[in-house]
Amino acid sequence: MAVAETKNLTTLQVKRFKPSDNPTNTYLTDEKGLWAWMTTVDHKKIGLMYLGAVAFFFALAGFLALALRTELWTPAKTFIEADTYNQLFTLHGAMMVFFVLVPSIPAALGNFVLPMQLGAKDVAFPRLNLASFYIYVFGAIFTFISLANNGFDTGWTFYTPYSSDANSAGVIWVTLGVFILGFSSILTGTNFITTIHKLRAPGITWGRLPLNIWALYATSIIQVLATPVLAITILLLSMENIMDIGIFDPALGGDPVLYQHFFWFYSHPAVYIMIVPGFGIISEVITTFSKKHIFGYWAIALSSLAIAFIGFLVWGHHMFTSGQSSVATTVFSFLTFLVGIPTGIKILNWVATLYKGSIDMKTPMLYVFVFLFLFTIGGFTGITLGALSVDIHLHDTYYVVAHFHYVMMGGTLMALLAGLHYWWPKMTGKMYNETLGRISAVLIFIGFNTTFLPQFVMGAQGMPRRYYNYIDQFTIFHQTSTIGSYILGVAFLIILYNLMKSLINGEKAPANPWNSRGLEWQATSPPDFHNFDHTPVIIHGPYDYHQPMEEFQLGLAVSHNGHGDHHEVTTDETEKA
Amino acid sequence: MANHSATHPAHVQHHFVDSDQQFESAKLGMWVFLVNEILFFGGLFCAYIVFRAWYPELFTQAALELNKLWGGVNTIVLIGSSLTVAMAIRSAQKNQTKGLRINLLITIALACVFMVIKYFEYEHKLHLGIAPGSFWNPTPEILHELSDPRANIFFGIYYMMTGVHGLHVLVGIGLMIWLYIRAGKGHFNSEYYTPVEITGLYWHLVDLIWIFLFPLLYLIE
Repeated sequence: MAVAETKNLTTLQVKRFKPSDNPTNTYLTDEKGLWAWMTTVDHKKIGLMYLGAVAFFFALAGFLALALRTELWTPAKTFIEADTYNQLFTLHGAMMVFFVLVPSIPAALGNFVLPMQLGAKDVAFPRLNLASFYIYVFGAIFTFISLANNGFDTGWTFYTPYSSDANSAGVIWVTLGVFILGFSSILTGTNFITTIHKLRAPGITWGRLPLNIWALYATSIIQVLATPVLAITILLLSMENIMDIGIFDPALGGDPVLYQHFFWFYSHPAVYIMIVPGFGIISEVITTFSKKHIFGYWAIALSSLAIAFIGFLVWGHHMFTSGQSSVATTVFSFLTFLVGIPTGIKILNWVATLYKGSIDMKTPMLYVFVFLFLFTIGGFTGITLGALSVDIHLHDTYYVVAHFHYVMMGGTLMALLAGLHYWWPKMTGKMYNETLGRISAVLIFIGFNTTFLPQFVMGAQGMPRRYYNYIDQFTIFHQTSTIGSYILGVAFLIILYNLMKSLINGEKAPANPWNSRGLEWQATSPPDFHNFDHTPVIIHGPYDYHQPMEEFQLGLAVSHNGHGDHHEVTTDETEKA
Repeated sequence: MANHSATHPAHVQHHFVDSDQQFESAKLGMWVFLVNEILFFGGLFCAYIVFRAWYPELFTQAALELNKLWGGVNTIVLIGSSLTVAMAIRSAQKNQTKGLRINLLITIALACVFMVIKYFEYEHKLHLGIAPGSFWNPTPEILHELSDPRANIFFGIYYMMTGVHGLHVLVGIGLMIWLYIRAGKGHFNSEYYTPVEITGLYWHLVDLIWIFLFPLLYLIE
C-alpha cells in the first residue's frame, strides 16, 4: 500500500489558488444570528468570542488598576478604605492572571490563527474547543462574583495559612472558580497539541512550522503539565479550609511552605504560558515587516521548548525568603539564570532578523519594537531578582511589581497588541486607521514607562508592594506612576476606538495587506468557513521571502470532499508535482 | 487505505481527511489528557512523599488501620476489569457487538464491586471515628493504637487519594454505560470504535493509579 501511495503522490496535481480580494462567502456571513454564534464549533468564531471576553475582563481589571493608582496619589487615604484597597488589588491581580493573560494569546488569537497556519479546517476537537470557551466564561463569572462578594483579600496567590484560616472569606468559592478556569486551559492545550501533531496540511513538516505554532506548542505542553498541579493544590486548599485536613496548616502538623511549593510549581510555568505565545507573534510580525527570512529558525523554535522545560525547574525563586533550605535556594537561583539563555537567544535572533531587512514601521511592527525594549528590561530585572542576596533586599518591593509588569504587560500584552493589529484585517476583513494605530503605540510606550520605571526606583529604595500607605519620600514616584497609568488608559481607549471604528466604516482589507508569506494570509479576508476552499500544499517555509508569492498559493488541484487522499506529502515528491 | 478514504464515511467529522486521521487524533488527545491526570494525582503523591519522609512512624502505625484483605480484593477486581475492557476493544475491532456489550457489562459490574467494597471500607472507618480533618473523632481503642496526634494527616491524604480515585471510577462507570447504550444501537464496528478505545485507555489509567495507591497506603511495613 505504501508504495502505491508514494506513486500516487509523485503525480499529485497542484494548482495555484490566488485568494480573492472580494470574497462572497466568508465565515462571518456563513451562518448568522446569536444562536449560530453561541453554538458554533468554528475555531475562528470561538477565537473572536474569546477575544471579546478577554477584552471585557481586561477593561474591568484595567479600571481597577486606575482606581488603585489613584488611591496611591497621596501617602495616606485618598478616596478608598484600606480594606477595599486590599480587595481591589487582589481582584486586579487574580483577574489579570487567570481571566486575561493565561487565555489571551492562545485561546483568542491562537484559536483563530493556529488551524489556518496549519492549513487545517479546524482544531482537532472543535466541540471541546467550544466547551472550553463556555467553561472559561462560567469560571470567570463564578470567580469574579466570589472575589467581589466575599471581600476576598489574600492576593492572587492565596498563601496559607492566611487563606486556610476560617476567617478568610470565600476561599472555597474563589479557588473553585480558578479550578474551573484551569479546565478550560487544559482543554485548549490538549486540543492544540493534537491539532499540531495530526492536522498539518501536505508539505508542512516540523521544519516548516511557523514559529507561532512552535510557541503555541511549547505553551500547550506547559498548560497540560502544570495546570493539573494547580487543580490538585487548590483542591487540597479547599479541603484544608472546609475541614482542616492538616496538610498546609502548621498548627495541625502541616506545612504552609509546601503550599507555596505546590502553588509555584504551577504558577511559575504559568508565566511562560502567558509569555511564550507572545514570542510566537513577535516572530511572525517581525519577519513580515522586515520582508526577510527569520534569523535562526531552529534556535527560536527550540528555545521555546527549552523555556518550557527549564521553566518547570525554577519555581523556588519565589520563595527565597520563605525558609526553604539554602542549598535549594542556591540551585533555584542558578536554574533561574539558565532561563535567561533561551530568552536571550530569541531577542538576539529577532534583532538579527532586522539586519538588512526592508523594515516597514506599520502599527504591528511598532508594537514589536515596544515589546523588544520593554521585555528586555523586564528580562534583565528578572535576572537581578534571581540573584540571591539582591533578592533578599528586593523581595516583595515595588521592584518586583515593576519587573512583572514589564514582562507581563510589556511582554505579553504588547505581543497581543502586535498580533491583534497584525491579524485584525484577516479576522474582520477591515483595515484600521494606520495613523491612529501608530499614535496609540507611541502613547502606550510613553505611558508604560512613566508608570513602571519609577516603581523600579522606589522598590530599590524599599517601598514594599501591596501597601496602602507610604512615607512622604516616595510621593513623587507614586504620583509619576499614577500619571503614567492615566496615559496608558487613554492609549487603550484610542486602540478601542480605532478598532471599533474600522468595524463600522473601515476600509476593506485585501487578502494579504502585508504581503506576508504566512499560510493564513493565503486565504481570503475574512476567510471562508473552511478557511481555504482547497487543500493547501506547502513547498516553502513560512519565512521564505526570497521565493515568489505564487509558490505560496498552491493547493491540491483535485479535491476529495475538500481534502485529498494523502495528507502526508514529503518535500521532494511535492516539488516534483 | 487509499480506496476507503476517498469516500467520506458518516462517522468522520468534516474537518478530518479520513477515518485514520480522526482515530489517531482522538487517541493522541486521550494520551495527552492522561498525562494531565498523572500530574493531577502527582500532587497528591508528592504530598504523600513529603509527609511520609517527615513522619515515617506515623505512616506505619496508621496504615495498620486499613484492611489489607479488602484492599487486595479490590486490586484484583480492578485488574480484572482492565482485562475485560481490553477484551471489549478486541470485540469491537472484530465486529462482535454482542461480545463488546458483554465485556462492557462485566467491566461495569467489576467497577461497581470496587465501589461497593470501597463504600464498606469508608463506612467502617467512619464508624470508628477515623474521619478526615475536623470530623476526626476516634473511639478510645483506636486512640490507644494511634497515639500520634498527627494521625489526622495520614487519613487526610488517604481520603483525598482514594476519594479522587473513586470519583474517577464513577466517571469511568458513566462512560461505559454510555458506550454500552451506543453499542446497543450498533454505533461501533471495526471501522469505527474510537470511543471504546479511548475509554479503555482512560480505564487502564484509573486501574494503574490504584495499583500505586494500594501498596503506598495499605502495605506499609
